[in-house]
Amino acid sequence: MASEIESKIMNLREAAKLVPSGAHISLGGFTTQRHPMAFVHELIRQKKRNLHFYGHSPGGDLDMLIGAGCIRRVELAYEADEAFARIGPRFRCAVEKGSIEWEDYSNFGMVQRFAAGAMGIPFIPTRTMLGSDILKKEGFSKKTRSAKKIAKKKFKIINCPFTGDKVVLLPAIQTDVTIIHAQVVDAQGTVRIYGQNFGDEQQAKCAKKLIVTCEETVEPEVLREYPEHNIIPFFRVDAIVRAPYGAHPYACYRYYDYDPEFLGLYHKRARDDETFEEFLDEYVYGIKDWEEYLEKIGGDEKLRKLKADKKLGYAPKLKRR
Amino acid sequence: MELMAVAAAREIKDREIVFAGTGLPMLGAMLAQHTHAPNCVIVFEAGAVDCKLAHLPMSVGDPRTMRFASTATGLFDVFSTVLQRGFIDVGFLGGAQVDAYGNINATCIGDYHCPKVRFPGSGGSGDIACLSKRTIIIAVHEKRRFPERVDYITSPGWIDGSDGRKRAGLPWGGPSAIITTLGVLRFNERTKRAYLASYHPGVTPEQVRENTGFELDVSRAKKTEPPTEAEIRILREKVDPEGIFLKKAQE
Repeated sequence: MASEIESKIMNLREAAKLVPSGAHISLGGFTTQRHPMAFVHELIRQKKRNLHFYGHSPGGDLDMLIGAGCIRRVELAYEADEAFARIGPRFRCAVEKGSIEWEDYSNFGMVQRFAAGAMGIPFIPTRTMLGSDILKKEGFSKKTRSAKKIAKKKFKIINCPFTGDKVVLLPAIQTDVTIIHAQVVDAQGTVRIYGQNFGDEQQAKCAKKLIVTCEETVEPEVLREYPEHNIIPFFRVDAIVRAPYGAHPYACYRYYDYDPEFLGLYHKRARDDETFEEFLDEYVYGIKDWEEYLEKIGGDEKLRKLKADKKLGYAPKLKRR
Repeated sequence: MELMAVAAAREIKDREIVFAGTGLPMLGAMLAQHTHAPNCVIVFEAGAVDCKLAHLPMSVGDPRTMRFASTATGLFDVFSTVLQRGFIDVGFLGGAQVDAYGNINATCIGDYHCPKVRFPGSGGSGDIACLSKRTIIIAVHEKRRFPERVDYITSPGWIDGSDGRKRAGLPWGGPSAIITTLGVLRFNERTKRAYLASYHPGVTPEQVRENTGFELDVSRAKKTEPPTEAEIRILREKVDPEGIFLKKAQE
C-alpha cells in the first residue's frame, strides 16, 4: 500500500502533465467558489490546447483558460463571477468572435449529465428545459457532433413509456480528466469536502481520471474516523496535489474567502486582449509556482484578510465593495 | 432598487419555499424573513437549504449561505429532489430581456450562432422557470429589454400564451409577476399576456407604456403601495448593511 500512497501525491507540474492537449475535462467549484485555480495556472503555463470543457457554472477558471487559448469547445450553463462580474469577459469575447465552439444547457441539465456518467448509464430523463430554446438550438455543428467522444445528439424529447408524459433525455458525460479542489484529502486519496459540494461529486465520479488538489493532506485514520463525511473513495483518485490557497481568488469554505480586490483587478484587465495578455504575463507566465503567486497577490498580509472565521467558514469583516 | 426589493418581498408568503438568486431576489427573500414571512425557507441552487443569513451572499454558492443551514448538498440534489420534485413555491428570475409572455433571455442578442451580444447563459434560471410552482421576474424596465418576443428563450414563461406551457410538456408553474424599475406587471388569466398591474411612485402608466417594446394594457393599473419606513430601515440596517447591492445601485 505504501508505494501506491507515494505515487498519488505529486506536484502541480507533474499532475498537469496527466492532462493531454485535446482532452475532455471538467473543473470543480461553482462561480466564485472552490475552483482548482492553482491547477488552471499550471495548465496555462504548460500551454495545453484544444481542450473540450464541460461545466455547469464555471467562473474565472474557464474564463482564464479560454483567454489563454487552451479551450476549443465548451458545454455549459453559465459563465460569470455572479455579483463580481455578470459575464466572463474572455468567454464573451470568444463567443462573439466565434473563436470557440459552444453548446448551452441549464445547470440542472449539466449536473444530470455528469450524474449519468457517474452512474454508468448512457442518458438521463428530466423534465427541465422543456419549452426553452436550449432544446431548439444546437450550438455544435454536424461535423463536431460526429467527432469522437462527443454525444451524437444534444438531447432527445420522448413520451415516457410508462406515463406518456413528455420527457427530455440528456446524454451522459464521462470526462477524460476531472480536476477538483477539496479541503482535505488523505494520503490514499479519500476526499472530504466541507460545505456544499456543488457538482463536484458527479463531475469527479464521471471521470476516467481524477485529480484532486487540496488545502491539506492528512493520515487516513483522520478521515476514516467519520467516513460518512467523505465524498469520494480513495480508489477513484489518481493524483493528489497539496495546494494551500489553491482556489484563490475564489472562496474555500472554512479555509478562506473570495478576494474581491483581486477579482476587481482580473475583471478590469480581462476586458481587452492586450491587458489580459499583460495579466497572464504578470500572474501566470512570469511566475514560477503557486507559492510565488501567493507572494505576488499580497503574501501573508492578504491571506490573513481572506482567512475564514472558524465558526462561520468565511471572513465576516472582509471588505467586499 | 429598495422599492423593487420591497415589491419582491411582498410576493413571498409565510412558510413558502423560495428559490433565490443573487442580488434583488436575495434582498427580497431576506426582507420577507425579517417582516411578514419569518418562516419562509430560502433554498440556494448551489446546495444550501434554509440557512440563517447574517451577511449578504454575493453568489448562490457563497460560504455565507452555509450559516445554520438545515442541509448543504449540491446542485444535483437540490434541483432534482427539491425543484423537480415540486417543492419550490416561488422562484425568482432575472435576465437581459423579458417579453410579453414572461419568457426570459439570458443567453444572447441576435443569432445564437453568431450573437451580437453574449450573456452568461441559463445557469439555474431555465430550471427554476420550468419547475417552480410560480416565478417572479425582476428586470430593468427599458424598451429594448421588453420586446414582443425575446431573441432566445432561456427561461420559459408562458411561452406563446394561453396553454403554451402545457403544450411544451411542463407539468406546472409559470410567471406570476414581473417587478420592474417602473412598476409591476401581471398576466392575463386567459391569454397569459402581461399587463400593467401597478406603477411605482413618480411614474405614470403612460411612461411605463412608452418604455415597453410590446403593446401593454395599462387599463387596470394602480399605484404601487410605497415601501414603509420599517421596510426601508430593515433593508438598510439588517439585510444589506454593507451596501453591497443597495449602494452599488445608487452609484
